Amino acid sequence: MNIGNLIKISLRALNNNKMRAFLTMLGIIIGVASVITMLAVGQGSKKSIQSQISQMGSNMIMIQPGTGMMGGVRQSSSDMQSLKLEDYYAIRDKTSYIAAVSPSVSSGGQFIYGGNNYPASISGVTPEYLDIRKLEVDEGNVFSRQQVASAAKVCLVGQTIIKNLFPNGEEPVGKVIRFNKIPFTIIGTIKAKGYNTMGMDQDNIVLAPYTTIQKRVLAITYIQGIFASALSENVTEKAISEVSTILRTNHKLKASDQDDFNVRSQQELSSMLTSTTDILTILLACIAGISLLVGGIGIMNIMYVSVTERTREIGLRMSIGAKGRDILSQFLIEAILISFTGGIIGIILGGGASLLIKLVIHWPISVQPYSVFLSFLVCTITGVFFGWYPAKKASQLDPIEALRYE
Amino acid sequence: MSKAIIRLENIKRNFQVGDETVHALRGVSFSIYEGEFVSIMGSSGSGKSTMLNLLGCLDTPTEGEYYLDNVAVSSMNKNERSTLRNRKIGFVFQSYNLLAKTTAVENVELPLQYNPDYTGKERREKAIKALDAVGLSDRLYHKSNQMSGGQMQRVAIARALVNDPVLILADEATGNLDTRTAYEIMVLFQELHAKGRTIIFVTHNPELAAFTNRNIVLRDGKVIKDSANDHIESAKKMLDALPKQED
Repeated sequence: MNIGNLIKISLRALNNNKMRAFLTMLGIIIGVASVITMLAVGQGSKKSIQSQISQMGSNMIMIQPGTGMMGGVRQSSSDMQSLKLEDYYAIRDKTSYIAAVSPSVSSGGQFIYGGNNYPASISGVTPEYLDIRKLEVDEGNVFSRQQVASAAKVCLVGQTIIKNLFPNGEEPVGKVIRFNKIPFTIIGTIKAKGYNTMGMDQDNIVLAPYTTIQKRVLAITYIQGIFASALSENVTEKAISEVSTILRTNHKLKASDQDDFNVRSQQELSSMLTSTTDILTILLACIAGISLLVGGIGIMNIMYVSVTERTREIGLRMSIGAKGRDILSQFLIEAILISFTGGIIGIILGGGASLLIKLVIHWPISVQPYSVFLSFLVCTITGVFFGWYPAKKASQLDPIEALRYE
Repeated sequence: MSKAIIRLENIKRNFQVGDETVHALRGVSFSIYEGEFVSIMGSSGSGKSTMLNLLGCLDTPTEGEYYLDNVAVSSMNKNERSTLRNRKIGFVFQSYNLLAKTTAVENVELPLQYNPDYTGKERREKAIKALDAVGLSDRLYHKSNQMSGGQMQRVAIARALVNDPVLILADEATGNLDTRTAYEIMVLFQELHAKGRTIIFVTHNPELAAFTNRNIVLRDGKVIKDSANDHIESAKKMLDALPKQED
């Protein structure tokens, strides 16, 4: 008997018992829908964390001076003066995995405009810093290379600063604010980024040319740190080792010496946070998988009932020439049809539920194509696995006994 | 003499029930020739059902050889016998055994579905022809649960005819029907016989033997009578003689 006929026969058998077929299917529908929804929730939260990290610059590399000894006293890294401008130039010019690099010096103090003041720190950087930190200019412009070279007293301000220094909604660009008595002209504003995952206000920021901070504010020649961004997240590791090699050469460190600097990336943070959500996803998927298993057992149960109920039909089919394998495939296809149809409905329902969660409770949702494919596959396997035994039993019936079955 | 459709040679069939061996058939030999209408009779326990199962290739004998259309059946395996049943035998059962909620024509097509030589179109054509032969050409698409007992048995007979079998095997085919319908079915069998079909009618009802041209009687697993019937009754006449129904 060909497959088309078998499917037709199975469809009719299911059609004759619509309610039962639907209830059996329900187990699979709920199973598949929950697998898809749970994975969508899990992956959604993972993605949202990843995107927050990448907003901070997921390929960002931070270079800080290492802690070290000065006359027998251990120093904090910010007091170390091991990073020089030469290091910045070397990283800028000699590396192949770095997309952008900026030195960093910063100083804390009080900003004053008119009758308002606000405490914040001012960071001295190059224009590349905005790319590295994924910051965007809202109004005005970034300072130019000339302004960096001439140590111009200009700055870019974040939204928190604007809110506190210009509470009446004045236009900040062009205004002069004072930081520790030094006047800075605001030449641009930075778009709001809000709080990051660690609860840091990313809008509490003032950027100025690093030369200005070095010469006019701190009066130092060393730099406190270097920010860089790797070409992509994948080459971050390579970029880090490259930077380390350059710095070790620059600092004339022997092979036995420890690094006098620290190179860190966001990846550690990223992998820590995503591993948490991965565990969450696995847990959710397990629960959903169990419900799929229960659905499969439901199929098996109903197929048993169906085989018993249709013993006479099996007997008849055998007496008019059906072979064992014809009967086997008939019942197997019936089981597969139940799980397959249940799977399709489950996928639609799961997709719908995911969408609903997104729209109603605003959870980040990401429906994974692989989860759809996977649950489909699992469904079919469930059908074959749980349909096999009852179908085998049907195919092994003795036609004489089966015909006489009451 | 015409060709032997069935040749039984000293058939024995034993069943093991617990520690005891039951001898259902104790050495049966006979032949049935093309175009015969044979009734096999016997009370319960006579070995009638066992005989039916053997003739229908649903079972194999413990001893002896059975030739159906010159093919030795005893040594065949399950699948070979399935194919043999599909090509050579048409079954008619007491309880019709139609598929539920399925149209007449689809029920009749069923044996051909297990024969890959037929296309869907050929199946449908043959099924319609078979239903025409049993006088149900106006009921092709009625479902089995919308038909009377007599109509259902006609569908079952059409199903037995559809594969052009060498042998039609009827098991108490009128057992579930009222007298009038039973005669109607017998008329149909006699018509089929007249057209040259070989029919074996297994029954416990001696009255029905009068309509067949040869009677075989079994008792305790042995043939006790095998005789030609010289006075074949016409089922058509009996039917006409019945008092008219009032509806």
